[in-house]
This record gives sequence, structure tokens and C-alpha cells, in this order.
Amino acid sequence: MKRSSMESSKALNTVLTYVFLILGALIMIFPFVWMILTSSKTVPESMAVPPTFFPKQIMWDNFVEAIKSLPFLNLYVNTGLMILFRVICAVLFSSMAGYAFAKLEFRGKGLLFGIVLVQMSLPSQIFIIPQYQMVAKMGLANTIFALVFPGLVSAFGVFFLRQTYMGIPKEIGEAAYLDGCNQWQTFYKVMFPLTGTSVAALTIFTAVFAYSDLMWPLVVNSDLNMMTLSSGLATLRGQFTTNFPVLMAGSLLAMLPMVILYLIFQKQFIEGIASTGGK
Amino acid sequence: MKKNKLSPAARREQNWAYLMVAPTIIGLVVLNLWPFVQTIYTSFCEHLGFGHYKFVGLANYIEMFQNGEFWRATWNTILFCILTVPVGLFLSLLVAMLLNAKIKFKGGFRTIFFLPMVCAPAAVTMVWRWIFNGEYGILNQVLGAKIGWITDPNFVMVSCAIVAIWSNIGYDAVLLLAGLQNIPKTLYEANSIDGAGKVKQFFTITLPMVSPTLFVVMIMRLMASVKVYDLIYMMVEETNPAVTSVQSLMYLFYRESFVAGSRGMGSAIVIWTVLLIGLVTVIQFYGQKKWVNYDV
Repeated sequence: MKRSSMESSKALNTVLTYVFLILGALIMIFPFVWMILTSSKTVPESMAVPPTFFPKQIMWDNFVEAIKSLPFLNLYVNTGLMILFRVICAVLFSSMAGYAFAKLEFRGKGLLFGIVLVQMSLPSQIFIIPQYQMVAKMGLANTIFALVFPGLVSAFGVFFLRQTYMGIPKEIGEAAYLDGCNQWQTFYKVMFPLTGTSVAALTIFTAVFAYSDLMWPLVVNSDLNMMTLSSGLATLRGQFTTNFPVLMAGSLLAMLPMVILYLIFQKQFIEGIASTGGK
Repeated sequence: MKKNKLSPAARREQNWAYLMVAPTIIGLVVLNLWPFVQTIYTSFCEHLGFGHYKFVGLANYIEMFQNGEFWRATWNTILFCILTVPVGLFLSLLVAMLLNAKIKFKGGFRTIFFLPMVCAPAAVTMVWRWIFNGEYGILNQVLGAKIGWITDPNFVMVSCAIVAIWSNIGYDAVLLLAGLQNIPKTLYEANSIDGAGKVKQFFTITLPMVSPTLFVVMIMRLMASVKVYDLIYMMVEETNPAVTSVQSLMYLFYRESFVAGSRGMGSAIVIWTVLLIGLVTVIQFYGQKKWVNYDV
């Protein structure tokens, strides 16, 4: 008797777990579904009372309208290049510095690593005004360089990769050194290839962060053709205050590349972002 | 000083090290350390335009502390933390525990809950504006209400909090799930022989064991919430009359520095925010002794 009641309570638990999870998943997914559905509605359809759930047609016109109002091709290219350069800089410079801080002895190490920690603990907004003034003074506002600028070095990347290098046994480096490699060769031939998972995590983290960032691109590139997807959308918001189908189409266009990458590399995205532990 | 006499090998190692940290250190000094000093200095200056400044002492701070909008933004920031962090952590822990059960499609659920993380806030807030729309939004239609979710000063903060919680739940849940998975199964087995109920099990095993992870997630979430800007900026544009009821410190910073052009005032606001973050951190690290369990 007791056994069967325990089993039935276990079954009830499982059912409840699924009910809650499915309910939660529906809440999580609904805004995306609603975005897709609305992007295919006509304006009157979108405003109908009571609401119509499914559009009667697939309205490519909304997408055409969004592309007409925002130079999407430029936005994709700008965002892509910004991400590319930020990732290259973050991976290259942070790997070098992370390795040096973890494995090499040099005077002033503590002090220099202190600079890394200070940057990490301060909010990025504290640097924005002077950074903007530097870019403006160089006459480089409204360029790809301006978008990349604050991401030329990544204190977080240094911190993160230093952890990774500290986890690699030093015997591996010593063996390479005895084989006649100098410090640089030990680093890039032996040690760097061992950090693939962490480098992938840093790449994803840097890319998602750059892609989401709004304040910096908004401040530094005011020319519509030099904006990123995020700051471009902010502009679109002001242009169409009531035409939600076009706004949804635009948002969908802006989200699509990252979402597709995410769906292909789910595991790497989730574990990568989770292992970097912060956004 | 024997220290000066490095062996040739040690000297070579040191030179390589300097070479390898050089790009990072030069970058950090130019991009962060120097701007940090400049921002502190600028907070004592008045911006005359075109990058020219005049030293005005504490004038910006005095003006700031006498400004109602500033205090409102400070309160809004604190309120945003109060509304989002506890509820968000509770729901994330719940999701993490559900995902930790023996279920099918675990990966699928995880992917769905995590999805908002890879979407730019600028894009997802757009659909939330539409859902929350006072006249035609689906939420009011379903509720049969006419609530101005993003135009009514009484509701706008709650609406933004909902979007924030929705955005971060999956990410926090993934971190907490990792914490839960580190709890040895044997602890639960021993406990269930004692005949302890699920609720008791949660408070005697799960919560203490996951508390270090929970603490890290909470700190991270608090820091991010104090700095909140993009979500609120996208939800509530500057021309919206409800903006003062939801404007965070970083939103005010953006408007002061880059819309109004008063960079001295903007710098003072950002310094104030850093002090606030410092205060929160100190409180947390003292408070953690009461509930975070590092013994196991």
C-alpha cells in the first residue's frame, strides 16, 4: 500500500514538473511567437479588437518597409565587423597577457594585474565620456574603429584566460622549454592550443556582449549608415510609433543572425556564457 | 638588493612577459585608467563645449544633491533592484530545480529559457512594448483592461521589472543549475531514508548547498541592475511623460552627458553610481556570513 502511494506521489511530482516547465517555456517563447506573428499582419489586423492571433497572409511588405527605413545591410556589416575586431583583439591580447600573468615571473606583476582588476570592477559608463572625447578628437566618430574602440582590450578576457592557463600543469610548458622553445613559442605552439574551450567561451561572450551593447554605439556613431543593429533599432523605434508590424519585422531582422547561430551552437553558447559568468 | 641580479634565463622570461602584457596594459591605461581619472576630474568641472572645461569645485555635486530628478533616479534604481533581484532569483532557482529533475527534453527547455540572453535588449524590448501597448496590446486585451503599462507612472516600473526578470531568468537558472548539479546525490539518499519531506529537504540540503552559487548570482544580478540602462531606455523613450517614474541613474547619466551635454554633471552621476555599487558590495559581503554556507 505504502509503496504504491509513494509511486503515485512520484508520478504526480513528475507531472507537476512538466506542467511548470511547459508553462514557463510558453511564457518565455510567447514574445518571440508574437513578434513573428505580428510581423506578418497588416496594421489594421494588428490593432483588431478582439485580437486576431494568426495573420491572414505573410506580409513581406513589412520587411520591405523596415529595410527601406533602416539600412539593414550596413547595420549587419557594421555589427559583424565590430564583433569580428573585438573578438580578435580580446582573444589575441588576452591570451598573451593571461599566459604571462599565469605562467611567467616578472617584476611589477601584482601591480599590473591590479590594473586589470580595477577595470573589471568599474562600470563601463565611467569611461564613456573620456573615451568618446578621444574618438571625437581623433576625428574617428562614425567609423567602424569607433565601434571597436572600447573593446580593443578586454580586462575580463585577461582575467578569464589567466584562470585557464593557471589550470594547465606547468610541466607541459617546462617540457616545451627544454625542447628548445623560447617563451613565445611555448605559448603559441604548446599552451595556446590547449585553451580552445575557454577561447570559444570568450569569443561567444565578447560577441554577444558587443551585439547587445547600446549606449556606446548610440553615443559614438550618430550617422544612420554607421550604426549597429541595436542602435539602429532604437532609431526605428522613434520613426514608427504605431506601426508595430514594421517594428516587429525590423526587430526580427536584427535578432535573426544571432538566434540562428545560437540554435546551431546551443551547447557552446550556453556553456560559454555561463562559464564566463557575467554580462 | 639581490633581486636586481636575475639570471639570463629569468631576464629573458621577464622580457617576454613584458612584451606579452604590453598591449593589454597600454590599452587599459589609455582606455580605462586615464579615462577613470578624467571622469573624476570632469565631475568637478563645467563643460563649456567642444571639450573645454572650467574647474568649478563641488558645484556639480551640490546641484545634483539639490535636484529632485536625481534623487528620483537614485530611488528608481534601488526600486528596480528590489523588484527584479529577489523575484528573479526565486524564479531562476525554481527553474533550475525543475531542470535538475529527471526529465526528458532537458536541453530543449534550457535552450528556450536561455534564448533572451542572445537577443539584443533593443530587439526584445520592442515586442514587449507591443505586448504592453495600452490601446491594442495583447495583455490588456486578454485582461480586458485599459492599463497604460508603459505610459502610466504607477505601472511603468513594474512593466520594466517584468521584462528584466524575463530576460535574465534563463541565464541565472543555468548558473544555478550548475550549482545544484554539484550537490552529491548521496546527501539526498541519506535524507530520504530519514523520511524527510521535499520541503524540509529543500531547506536542509538544497538551499545551504547551493547558497555559494546563489550568492555569486545575486551579486552579479545586483551589479547589473544598479547599472541598468538599455532595457529602460528602449521601453520608455525620453518623450514619454512616465520617464521620470522609471529613469535609472545610468539613463539620467546618458541624458545629462550626451543629450543635454552637461558632462560635468554626467560624470558626477556616474561617480555617485560607483559609490552606490561599492556600498551594495560591502553590505553584501558582510551580509553573506548570515546565510551563505561555505562549510561543505
